[in-house]
Amino acid sequence: MWACGQRPPVARYDSPMSSHPATGSSLKSISSNGHAASNGSAEKPREATRPPAPAASAFAGGFEYAPAPETVKVEIKERYGHYISGGWTTASTGKDASFATINPANEKTLAHVSQGTDKDVDAAVKAARAALPRWQALPATERAKFLFRIARRIQERARELAVLESMDSGKPIKESRDVDIPLVAAHFFYHAGWADKLQFAFHGRTPSPIGVCGQIIPWNFPLLMAAWKLAPALACGSTCVLKPAETTPLTALRLAEILEEVDLPPGVVNIVTGDGRTGAAIVNHPGVDKVAFTGSTDVGKKIAAATAGTKKKLTLELGGKSAHIIFEDASLDQAVEGIIQGIYFNQGEVCCAGSRLLVQESVLEEVTKKLELRLASLRVGDPLDKNTDVGAVNSAQQLATINKYLKLGEEEGATLCRANSSTLPGSGYWCRPCFFTGVQPSHTIAREEIFGPVLSVMSFRTVDEAILRANNTPYGLAAGVWTDKGSKVLDIAKKLQAGVVWCNTYNKFDPASPFGGYKESGFGREGGVHGLRGYVTL
Amino acid sequence: MTRIPVLKTYKLLINGAFPRSESGRSLPVLDKKDNVLAHVAHASRKDLRDAVEAARAAQPKWAGATAYNRGQVLYRLAEMMEGKREELAEAIASVPFEARAQARARTGAASKRARSSTPSLEVSTAIDRVVHYAGWADKYGQVLGCNNPVAGPFYNFTSPEPTGVVVCLPPDGAPLLGLLSLIVPVLCAGNAVVTLASEANPIPSMILAEAAATSDMPGGILNILTGPRAELIPHITPHRDVDAVHAANLSAEQNAALRAGAAENLKRVTVREGVVFADNDACNSPWWIEPFVEFKTMWHPVSA
Repeated sequence: MWACGQRPPVARYDSPMSSHPATGSSLKSISSNGHAASNGSAEKPREATRPPAPAASAFAGGFEYAPAPETVKVEIKERYGHYISGGWTTASTGKDASFATINPANEKTLAHVSQGTDKDVDAAVKAARAALPRWQALPATERAKFLFRIARRIQERARELAVLESMDSGKPIKESRDVDIPLVAAHFFYHAGWADKLQFAFHGRTPSPIGVCGQIIPWNFPLLMAAWKLAPALACGSTCVLKPAETTPLTALRLAEILEEVDLPPGVVNIVTGDGRTGAAIVNHPGVDKVAFTGSTDVGKKIAAATAGTKKKLTLELGGKSAHIIFEDASLDQAVEGIIQGIYFNQGEVCCAGSRLLVQESVLEEVTKKLELRLASLRVGDPLDKNTDVGAVNSAQQLATINKYLKLGEEEGATLCRANSSTLPGSGYWCRPCFFTGVQPSHTIAREEIFGPVLSVMSFRTVDEAILRANNTPYGLAAGVWTDKGSKVLDIAKKLQAGVVWCNTYNKFDPASPFGGYKESGFGREGGVHGLRGYVTL
Repeated sequence: MTRIPVLKTYKLLINGAFPRSESGRSLPVLDKKDNVLAHVAHASRKDLRDAVEAARAAQPKWAGATAYNRGQVLYRLAEMMEGKREELAEAIASVPFEARAQARARTGAASKRARSSTPSLEVSTAIDRVVHYAGWADKYGQVLGCNNPVAGPFYNFTSPEPTGVVVCLPPDGAPLLGLLSLIVPVLCAGNAVVTLASEANPIPSMILAEAAATSDMPGGILNILTGPRAELIPHITPHRDVDAVHAANLSAEQNAALRAGAAENLKRVTVREGVVFADNDACNSPWWIEPFVEFKTMWHPVSA
């Protein structure tokens, strides 16, 4: 959650964990410009009526933060068309032809975007196909320069993008500002450099571009996922049709403006908005050579089936139910901070969220107590407030899903800890961070991806049991291990069936680091040299 | 008086043992003059399930063996095959010309170089391919994995791990070389294999099975089934305990059916099309191993 060097606010009072390099370190090589964010320091309580939580008594009274809203104004058009062949289509109007994207923190409409039709998708795919020969004929060093330009403009417009991202998605500004947007710029920078070095990436083989890429991305990291998809494709000489998620299209559309600014040749990137029907049109279009999808495992399987009889290449980054293992010899305060980062980052709406906590029995009580205390100190509320830790849930639909699991968890016999008692705003979609104890591996909340700030706490006794339980899932995206013993770290990391294993840390991302899952969490990697593989033929 | 030859029935290779098909079925293999050359087992769906179960059970130990050891075991397989050169070549040559021609027709345009391959040359290339991949066992990790320079105080590296249980569907043509080319890169990476034999000529595969059983290869790592491919393919992809498929020269229908079934639990499917198996440049490469590994990336903080 504080992946980019920002101290958790609780550190002011007592937090030995925050001094650890793992949590206090910076992953950000490129500072997003002009962000000397000053945390509000006034002593006036923010919510006079906020009820004190028992577990939070150490923090009650006197330690409240004043509101610290991000004040940058972002211009948003009333209506948006699609970005096809370097130009904008006329925005559609009407009930079925367009839809509203709202701010999940206040339910107000931000803009209306067009529902991409088969015709729109066809135009976008044709534009991408038409752009392909010239894009590929461009000397690789020149192609690289377009990516460098994009990266630079993203840095320069970082604050605007961060605010827009938080408004459209509900994520806290400190995450969009310190994690999402800097990583977006870094992703373009990293891949820009690959464009003229591809012959060194694949030993003994000559890579060639894959062609027209259809890319469908989710709503949890809207612009970052766009960067993960576009940057490697462009670096490898392909052209793209990208569909952002229907609840979070605005930053992708803003990226289209940046592509215009940097004079990216028309048709190299096309952005079509819409819901699942638009996504299906992309997947099924015969002019698409490769489909890249990030989203749920259910939809991923449907895409795999839909492309089965075709020549289309496929990479899938799907769901997870990642295990986070805490051994008794771990530095527990740091581990608790890692657990918080692992499950409450981005409201838990993270495919690799550490949603299954496995704690060694001897320290279960201690860890649970620390977790409860830390949970109580998280501030839930206005995503644009710089002190907010947990923002709004992305949509009414997602909130309903989370609430369904909260109900199910209690019905199946787990105990819900609601130590966090933040006062929630009157409108918008909110879920206070929480965790379940007394969870059995057979419980639904221990098996299914919730995609919300809900943690299932379980225990284990031996190393073998921890590994068995961690691997006992059809998913295999990520895992976390906390122990101070180096040889144990390496042994367990080797045995965990997960594409990313965070050891004594969690939820760290970097463009140079491959990301992607085992088993039903999908196939292919994104980021690093391994991420290029999905965008070339050898 | 002419000696009556002892007519052999080849059995299946499952879990290091040679059972007959649980179905009790067998098929004749005919020589050039339509005489029965031998019988092979006609594997059933249950045999396939048994083979997958054996592969699953044996895989962790094979994956856990040192890379050096896996390389040694594969080299031992080459040694055992070397002693069966003549038997293998004779088995390749003994299949009716029509059947071989049909098999060639299925491999399409790419069969031009395969046609120039004699049975003896096929055996040599096959053995040399095993030697080639024996050498990869302790090297592909260095070529396919790497350290990642992340922008923060973390040690971050990516290494290939075996995918698990892989089913191989070799082509009919090049009955020894086709099969070996599919299975050896997969085995090399620490996976366990269940493979069908060439349908047109299954005998070389079963001689290979006998070589494997007398090499140091642990039981269950390599399982070989004979019988009609069409009967078994529909049961392969829905099997939840199969992690990946490595196939060659499938028909468009087989390809589509395989991939549609694989979508059920997101199996990794690699289908080789138009590959000339005699071509070392094309077939000897870590990029033949890469589809059968999962890349694991590990992060650890760097601090005093």
